[in-house]
Formats: sequence, C-alpha cells, structure tokens
Amino acid sequence: MNPNRILRIDRIACTGQGLCGELLPELIDLDEWGYPILKDRIVPDRLRSHTRRAVAACPRLALHTDDT
Amino acid sequence: MNHSTAAPFTPGHRAPGPDSSGARLLAGWHATGRPATLADHLRRYGPPPFTGGTPGLVDSVEAAGLTGRGGAGFATARKLRGVMDGRGPAVVVVNAMESEPGSRKDQFLLAVAPHLVLDGAVLAAAEVGADTVHVCLPRTRTAQHRQLGTAVEERRRARLDPVRIRLHALPHGYVSSESTALVRWLDGGPARPQGSPPRSHERGVARRPTLVHNAETLAHLALIARHGPDWFRQAGTVDEPGTTLVTVSGAIAAPGVLEAPLGTPLATLLDRAGGPTGPVRAILLGGFAGTWLPAENVHTPLARRELAPLGASPGAGVLVALPHTACGLTETARMLAFLAAHGARQCGPCRYGLPAVAEDFAALAAGHAHPELLSRLHRRTGLLPDRGACRHPDGAARLAASAMRTFADDVGHHLTHGTCPAAHRPPRIPVPPATPLETWR
Repeated sequence: MNPNRILRIDRIACTGQGLCGELLPELIDLDEWGYPILKDRIVPDRLRSHTRRAVAACPRLALHTDDT
Repeated sequence: MNHSTAAPFTPGHRAPGPDSSGARLLAGWHATGRPATLADHLRRYGPPPFTGGTPGLVDSVEAAGLTGRGGAGFATARKLRGVMDGRGPAVVVVNAMESEPGSRKDQFLLAVAPHLVLDGAVLAAAEVGADTVHVCLPRTRTAQHRQLGTAVEERRRARLDPVRIRLHALPHGYVSSESTALVRWLDGGPARPQGSPPRSHERGVARRPTLVHNAETLAHLALIARHGPDWFRQAGTVDEPGTTLVTVSGAIAAPGVLEAPLGTPLATLLDRAGGPTGPVRAILLGGFAGTWLPAENVHTPLARRELAPLGASPGAGVLVALPHTACGLTETARMLAFLAAHGARQCGPCRYGLPAVAEDFAALAAGHAHPELLSRLHRRTGLLPDRGACRHPDGAARLAASAMRTFADDVGHHLTHGTCPAAHRPPRIPVPPATPLETWR
C-alpha cells in the first residue's frame, strides 16, 4: 500500500508568490495577498505529478510533501 | 512590580486578604504579606526533595494530572517524558515572559514566591538530566530581573541546587513568549517563533532536548514533589485538578492576582476580586488572545471542559470585566491593533491578514460603515487560524470573532447609525502602545 503523501507549507519561508495556487488549484487556494490556503493536505494519487511540479516550482522552497 | 508599562493595578501592594482558603502557591504571601526570602521559603517548605535519579517525580506529576498554566494546557508529565526520551543531555527553560498585557500572575508569583518557581525548575532539571536552567524574562522588567537575581544568588550561596541557573533578558514582544521563540533566542537568534519541526522537546537549545515550562506550572510541580499527587488533587475537578492563578481586572472593586481551584465559577472569581463596580456587559477570558463571553455566561466554571462549548478556555487565567458603560468593539479594535503590531511578520497572516482585520475592526468601531465591511471582516478573520508558524494569528482571530458574536447588537448599531455613545468614553482596558518591536535580539 502506498503511503499517504501530505502537503506541508513552511509558513516562514513562504512569501506569497502564489505559484502553488496556480499550479495546483485542486488542493491550494490563494488568499487576497497570494498566500496559500490548503484545501486538502492529502495528495490523491492522480495529482502526484502535478504536486511534484508545484513543489519544484516554489521559488522559496516553501512547499513540501511528507510521506506518512 | 512592573515598571515598564502602565499597570492597571499593582497586586504586589495588595495586603494579604483574610481569605486564604485554598491558596497553595500564594500561601506564604497570604500568611506573611511579604516576598519570601530563601530562609522563609526553607522554613515553610524545606529544601527541594531531589530523589537522586530514582524514578518518581514524573510519575507523581502524571498522577497529579498537572497541566501547563501558560495557556495551552498541555499535560506536564507528557512534556517531561518527551524530553527524557530525547537523545543527549537536556535543557530546562523557565518561560517567565508573560507577554499577555492582561496577565500579572507570573510576575506576581515570581515576586512573592521566587523560590517555589526555581525549586520546580531545578527539580524538573534533575528529573530530565539537565545541568542548566535558563530563566527567560522580558528585558523591560528590570526590577523583576534584580529580584530574581537576588534569589538565584541566595541559592548559589546556600549550595542548594545541583544545576546552574541563568537569567536572561529578552526583547519584550508579544510573540516572544512562544516557546520556540525562547529557544531561538537562547541559540543566538531573534526572539521570534520558529514554527517548523523538530519540536523543542526533541531538539531545542543547542540542539538538545529542551523542556520549556511556564513559571506557574513549575511552582505547582515543586509542591507536587513535596506533597504528592493525592494532595494536589484535593483541589480542582477530577478532569482538571489543582489550583490556578487568575488575574482579575476591569470593572472590579479589587483587581489583582488570586489563586483558585480549577472549576471555580467565573462569578465567584469576580466576587473574590471585590465584585463588579457596576453592571457587567461581558467578560474577556484569556486576555488579548482570548474570548469575549456575554455576562450570561458568568456562572460557567473556569475549566477547559465547560468553557470549550463556548469557544473559550481558561488560557493563562486572565479575567477582565467590561462594564455596561464601555464599547466592546472599541476595546477590541485597540487590542487588535496591538496584536497586529506585535506579530513577528514572518508569515502571511501576520504580515497582511491580521493588520487587515485590525484595520477593518477599527473602521467598524469608528462607525465608518461601507456595504461589504462586515462580510470582509468575517472572511478575513476566518483566514487567520492554522496558517501561521505559531498560534498568534489564531488568538487574534478568536478575539475578533468572539467580539462580533458577543457584541452583535453593537455591530448592527455601528454599521447603521455610526458609533454608540459608549465609544466616545475613555477606554477601559489598558493596551500597551501598538508599536512594533525595535529589535528581536
């Protein structure tokens, strides 16, 4: 069985660039200042590659996934 | 006692009341009316009972059911075990920052019974295998620093403790009392919350397992070490045993710090502080990061279980009575402005969200209505919790949301007719200046 993949945001590193919300709108909304609002922390299998891309694209390296 | 900010009252100068029933931490103060020297302390309690490595204290604390008296209410024994299970030598930190403007209880306790707090810290250090106790105080409280310095020197001369005690003077930011901020400062960094894992009990000061406890919590621990868990449980409720220190202020005849069993109704606490000076409109429970409760809830016991359905908690035991003649929205707006200025500005909610909520609230309090103000305020307030590195935005959101609930009639009035007459009276809750900290180091 695959472990769950959990989205995590380093709130101090994040500066609200908003890329994650554009690349992964299924899981991440943005507030009016461009900071992420997690809609769901658990990454469904079908979104694994999108999530990987969003994690890699964050210019502040503030988006992470952890396995549980 | 507090020489830095305008204190709404000076509990240190309050004569010991005849009602000392149930006082534990403050028993010495009630009996003598003067701060306990080491000689006074040893006469009353004897030396701290070190067990010399034999298991005991953590089990006693667990059986006693002691929880942290700093606000979060975490089980003290679980914290102790977490540090004991960590790798390498441990560190103990006494959190005596008490940054909540409505709270005076730790300052008061440290002034009248410093050795009870230090005993607790040293006992905890011996239990978890730490060789140093760090006491963190705000830099602004110079008198407190001097008093505690004297107490530490008394102990050193008496060769009482097997560990070193060091006092530290930290920048006095509201969020600097967060445990990860203390750890970060002790490691040479800014006194700002850290947020990301690992947790302090795993890797804290100098990467060692670190026990951070509030001053009052450690004083209770010192008494549990002497009298045992059964004694501790003689006060309080089954779920929430023991006594707790409460700071009562606002429209009350004799504001000050008192000690009461957990589970004591809020109304009883107000009565013990001399009773209200007039009709009470609402109660602010827990301080600036706390919850407004309508006066109807005054018979609720000061206990987590009973307060939870009201969206409140005992917090650090701050109780402010708001009179009918005051405007709850104006008072809240001033507190929110302070909280916004005192964020660490590390995360989105503290950089933008909380200042925006504070501004919206100021507009509401000032009667500057525009059509979408209320819905925007609700939406922005809802976006604060769970999105910062620490719980600062969550506390501010709790205050704002509970004010809109408790003063719902006033919200309507302010939006349709402009400010209420009470909004033009002088504010009732003392709020320190809403200016950001100059330095975090």
